Amino acid sequence: MKDGEVTLRFGGAAGDGIASMGETFAKVCSRSGLHVSEYNSYQSAIRGGHVWLQIRAGEKKMLSQGEYADILVPLNAQTMELHAPEVASGGVVIYNSEKLKIRDGLLKQGVRGLPVPATSTASKYGKNPIMQNVVALGGVIRLLNMNLDKLSGVLQDTFGNKAKAIVDANIGAATAGYDYVDKNFGSLNAKLNFTETSRPVMSGNQATGFGALAAGLKFYAAYPMTPASSILHWLVAYAPKFGTVVKQAEDELAVINMAIGAAHVGARSMVGTSGGGFALMTEAVGQASMSETPVVIVESQRAGPSTGLPTKTEQGDLWQAIGASQGDYPKVIIAPSNVRDCYYAAGEALNIAEKYQIPVIILVDLYLSEHIETIEADDINLSVPIERGVLAGPSNGNSYARYAVTETGVSPRAFPGEAGHEYVATTDEHDEKGIIVSDVLAGIPEHIETRRRQMEKRMSKMNYILKDIPPPRIWGPEDADITLVGWGSTMQVIKEAVLNLGEKGVKANQLHIKYLMPFHAKEVEETLKKSKRVLDVEANYTGQLAKLIRAETGFNIEHRLLKYDGEPFAPRQIVEKALEVTQHA
Amino acid sequence: MLDLNTYKVETKPDWCPGCGDFGVLNGVTKALAMLEIQPKNVLVVSGIGCSSNLPGFIKAYGFHSIHGRAVAVASGAKLANPELNVVVTGGDGDGYGIGMGHFVHAMRRNLDITYVVMNNQIYGLTTGQASPTSEKGHVTKSTPTGVIETPVNPIALALVTGATYVARGFSGDPNHMAEIIANGIKHKGFALVDVFSPCVTFNKKNTYEWFRERVYKLEEADHNTMNFEAAMRKAHEWGPKIPIGLFYKTERPTYEDEEPALKMGPLHKQPFPKAEDLKPILQTFF
Repeated sequence: MKDGEVTLRFGGAAGDGIASMGETFAKVCSRSGLHVSEYNSYQSAIRGGHVWLQIRAGEKKMLSQGEYADILVPLNAQTMELHAPEVASGGVVIYNSEKLKIRDGLLKQGVRGLPVPATSTASKYGKNPIMQNVVALGGVIRLLNMNLDKLSGVLQDTFGNKAKAIVDANIGAATAGYDYVDKNFGSLNAKLNFTETSRPVMSGNQATGFGALAAGLKFYAAYPMTPASSILHWLVAYAPKFGTVVKQAEDELAVINMAIGAAHVGARSMVGTSGGGFALMTEAVGQASMSETPVVIVESQRAGPSTGLPTKTEQGDLWQAIGASQGDYPKVIIAPSNVRDCYYAAGEALNIAEKYQIPVIILVDLYLSEHIETIEADDINLSVPIERGVLAGPSNGNSYARYAVTETGVSPRAFPGEAGHEYVATTDEHDEKGIIVSDVLAGIPEHIETRRRQMEKRMSKMNYILKDIPPPRIWGPEDADITLVGWGSTMQVIKEAVLNLGEKGVKANQLHIKYLMPFHAKEVEETLKKSKRVLDVEANYTGQLAKLIRAETGFNIEHRLLKYDGEPFAPRQIVEKALEVTQHA
Repeated sequence: MLDLNTYKVETKPDWCPGCGDFGVLNGVTKALAMLEIQPKNVLVVSGIGCSSNLPGFIKAYGFHSIHGRAVAVASGAKLANPELNVVVTGGDGDGYGIGMGHFVHAMRRNLDITYVVMNNQIYGLTTGQASPTSEKGHVTKSTPTGVIETPVNPIALALVTGATYVARGFSGDPNHMAEIIANGIKHKGFALVDVFSPCVTFNKKNTYEWFRERVYKLEEADHNTMNFEAAMRKAHEWGPKIPIGLFYKTERPTYEDEEPALKMGPLHKQPFPKAEDLKPILQTFF
């Protein structure tokens, strides 16, 4: 067990309450002054199957969920069989001895089994088998020398709105588990310092929803799709009372077209989906750009192609986002890199969308969307800037040109309801006033020119956006032996690998790219040219970022660590690859 | 009644001479004038197709969107600003073909939108393929041996899906059409106005003459517009006699009436959240 941190794994079947066990324990850790990073490996099944969840808790910011568990809580035989052999030396398996057995030779040397009669203990507090989880949690609290009151507090807050009897039963079961472990096993030798500093525990999707709400989101539409659905669930619970419509629509075509309609009349609008839903939306992404209607699309990638692995993570949709919809048109792709970043990316995306009257795609993935981690309390600024861009304001009596050609490509926006600005937003090519030049005017010299000017007007926005967004910067020593390149959700795990490499005497640094479109080609090229060795780390098969970098800069990243098995990176995997590259080069 | 010139724009319609859509343009314009709705308070949304060019020929706010998505765009606009008079105009391919899903769901939502479908039973802009309302046996460019499918019955579909105002007009009778469009706009809830709007170039079967021989007005036929079963029977009348006019009208709360976020008015008029109001939300994460 590493000093200052501990890794737990809970495993069972879908419906066993694994996710709530994880959330409860994460909150207990947070209230005890620890940082946590959690990952829930679940399946596309409502009951049964195999689900396991890992939480790493420690005194410092936890950059990943880690790899091997110090404490395993198996709720069924499959979990025991699959996960017990992986428990780290010095660790324990705490299990229901009335339901499970540890067969000979299953555990590594130095790993102990801790049998707890959880069925009979839990039955005193209720018939629901989930009560056994609470017994186990109580036991874990004792093993780690944590304060049982913290667990009782979280249970109180979780079940507080239910009958007092339910709260009491849960606290009773937790206490019984705590007492049993206290009497029979005592504590592990975990070196953890607890404090009274408590931090928010949040998932990426909650942060995205919260960030959007704080940034004045007025319309959100979605069709249920893992792993984006929890944005819908979170927003519909909190947003309507702030005057935000949250609408589940009949399909993703309706979702984005409704958002565009809402944005057209002045509501800050966003949608959420995954790759398959985004594929359905793409025609309308072009519509938003052509009609110059601001809209934000959160695309949370899951393992493709097609239905793929709906509950597994991947970064496989970068080129889908880049190539979405026909023709050349301005759009922005932002890939936030952690939970805190999700909170601010939502507001930033809404601002860019309105300032430049374009679609903005926030590209996240299942891992970032769904895993929870602690962030600092002051990471969340509740007064985020809201920029609405250039508005036409009251009419001065002159005729209004919705698509007036300007240097920046941005023309003042007017909203239905305003007198004197009546215009038609069109997806056909149009002149400055919005009159279509696609039918009887197409090909006429004057309107060949109109087309050229409107095209250039729209595309010129990209140059100004590039100046608005910060270029990526190297993190770590300038003179590193190896530069690790990545994008989106892998930022923290790559950072952990960089730190681990440093401990092993290998100087490494990190270039992480958040803005994929428009692209800081010059800065990225200069940085990579200075690097001694470059390793591309991505959760996809083809190295989609590396391909983008080559397209934009001509720089070919020779070394690649590509993972497409659906599971998130563990730091060790990146470290091993980096060592291979540095030693063989 | 407002002057019809209130809605006049410089752009001239680019439809074929004699196209039924001219009648619908006049009908929509006249309906707005009759109701004295200022151009600034109207949003005309369309998709793609000959008839979907209509918003460009009328002075009002408009959104000429993509094929099949007009009803979805209009639904979002109405949800964001229920004070607007939202009128959707488009063709049968746009609404009953590629956009069918949105059509059905908008009706069950009962958003206060008026949907005028210029139904010519053919794809005109793509030069004459079969449409979802082409009759069985109709020979078109894409069905040289005749359409095999049964046509969509938009009136019956609207009735079973929950539209609260279901009517049919005919471009050959623009005054009657203007009346039913005006009543549709006035109606609080989803209004479908399916209009026989002949394509003089590509549909040589369902012509003005063909309709003139067959149509009769429900208003003159002792039809009870509050009787759902009677409306359904009339919806299935198709042959020597075809009814036009109001089939069915009922009252039901609109979606926007029941949407909690709209209790305080249109979205764009509501303030952005203040930090102190968001604090209790942040607390839930500890």
